[in-house]
Amino acid sequence: MKYESQRVAMPYFIFALVLFAGQILFGLILGLQYVVGDFLFPEIPFNVARMVHTNLLIVWLLFGFMGATYYMVPEEAQTELHSPLLAWILFWVFAAAGTLTILGYLFVDYATLADVTLNKLLPTMGREFLEQPTITKIGIAVVVVAFLYNIAMTALKGRKTVVNIVLITGLVGLAVLWLFSFYNPSNLTTDKYFWWFVVHLWVEGVWELIMGAILAYVLIKLTGVDREVIEKWLYLIIAMALISGIIGTGHHFFYIGPPEYWLWLGSVFSAIEPLPFFMMVVFAFNMINRRRRNHPNKAATLWAMGTTVMAFLGAGVWGFLHTLAPVNYYTHGSQITAAHGHMAFYGAYVMIVLTIISYAVPIMRGRPYGNSNTAQIVEMWGFWLMTISMVFITLFLTGAGVLQVWLQRIPESGSAMSFMAGQDQIAIFYWMRLVAGCFFMAGLVVYLGSFFIKGQAGPAEEVRGAVPSPEEA
Amino acid sequence: MAERFTKSMARNIYLGGSAFFILLFLALTFDTQLRAMPERDNRDQITEQVVHGKHIWETNNCVGCHSLMGEGAYFAPELANVFDRRGASDTEVFKSYMRAWMNAMPTNIPGRRQMPNFNLSDEDIDALAAFLEWTSKIDDNNWPPNIEG
Repeated sequence: MKYESQRVAMPYFIFALVLFAGQILFGLILGLQYVVGDFLFPEIPFNVARMVHTNLLIVWLLFGFMGATYYMVPEEAQTELHSPLLAWILFWVFAAAGTLTILGYLFVDYATLADVTLNKLLPTMGREFLEQPTITKIGIAVVVVAFLYNIAMTALKGRKTVVNIVLITGLVGLAVLWLFSFYNPSNLTTDKYFWWFVVHLWVEGVWELIMGAILAYVLIKLTGVDREVIEKWLYLIIAMALISGIIGTGHHFFYIGPPEYWLWLGSVFSAIEPLPFFMMVVFAFNMINRRRRNHPNKAATLWAMGTTVMAFLGAGVWGFLHTLAPVNYYTHGSQITAAHGHMAFYGAYVMIVLTIISYAVPIMRGRPYGNSNTAQIVEMWGFWLMTISMVFITLFLTGAGVLQVWLQRIPESGSAMSFMAGQDQIAIFYWMRLVAGCFFMAGLVVYLGSFFIKGQAGPAEEVRGAVPSPEEA
Repeated sequence: MAERFTKSMARNIYLGGSAFFILLFLALTFDTQLRAMPERDNRDQITEQVVHGKHIWETNNCVGCHSLMGEGAYFAPELANVFDRRGASDTEVFKSYMRAWMNAMPTNIPGRRQMPNFNLSDEDIDALAAFLEWTSKIDDNNWPPNIEG
């Protein structure tokens, strides 16, 4: 860590991990409710638990992105953060607003929450992932704008690197697209169309810029490969992400009202969407193969490789699986969607945040070469437990989805099974998914436990076996 | 080969490509919203009651369990075609079905998925029914594939 003010990233990362644990806890509640329908009813109905599960995910990823930004931008710009105090104030404001919102979901009836937060003045609540009270949405907008001001002031006064430019472009895009969350017309089809401007253009658009920038930064640090090479890759990856992903929004417009030409546009462009993720895999493995140093933080290297592979599988492969319009006609809104959503979010965004945490947190804790060997081994156990569990969650949900489509969607009206009858038939998959979820929680506990192991890696390991590649020799 | 493809070429692909596709996306959005949608969504039939129904749908977080045109949660049945499935495509039949259904919740059958009782007035339930009826008539490229949603 070269600049003292980078340390402000620490509370953001810690709080992100706390919320992550909460998210998984509620994931287990939901998984159980899928098979024991009245579990925790009426105290925590499914819709409340789901809202907590998804909103915690969004908020903790935002905390993770902010932490990553506070850590990366000063070092890239080679200057102290414009205002560490502002960063601290924003941390507490965002943490308090987030916590209050979640407590509101849990302890106040949703209709009452809408009432007391004056939703009727500017109705924005009650839409998937955008369930936050309008006042919370305004709070998020204010925090993000102040955050961007702090970051822009820092970046502008220092060195302008491609990593910083791409990261900040992604964050500005995130802020601008958030404004669509305030647009809730009374025409449902218009509402749904622009709802995707937040949801799709975040996760399959500007968030990929943020992910690419974090990945590039970590690879520069871990491999010592020439920045020019890494920056060229970064530009190509985000170019493909936006070229495919913007019109790729069309794969959400197939069956919610928009005209038929979206069936073609959405299918063709979203078929290209796996490409940027595949390029990330090639990029990460290539840079690590061509490394000029063996960084002793092996755990961070594992996360960096893992995030690209899992993002490619979850977002790329599982996305492609159901993105062509004739396939999506049958799979739209089935458990296939849930399978894809879980692995894509874990692979791309959970793992990229855990990558930067794995790299940056040891440094902020005064361990410049990484955690001790023992701590890294425990962290890697957490990595494998969580990642393999997520693979199984995805496979079981895919099995559930295929059967659901087979029973409920493919037969003609009259011979098709009803939704609830179909759910009973596929319960075994939900049980297995719940077991995999418990293993995920175990993996998370192991992962969090690794933070409490003392000791650090030594610099000696860094010089050990710095092998020149055959081309260079 | 690697040297001939420079960083600035990569940057130009990024800037040019994203600018082009953002503009194309905006043009398509104008076409969809201004030309195509008025013929597909029956917007002339969005009455005050339908708007109120959408509000009821939102403030009770219905999308937290159900899906509507395939979007939402997958814990409870699809509702974009519930007007046809449970209301036999008849306004009066559907309204009385909705009143009976909403007031019968929760079933409290042990082990079964439970839907809360949202304590809606008859007026609110009628509005919700009107909203779901209007939704069922949107031209959504003939989705879902069958009546079960």
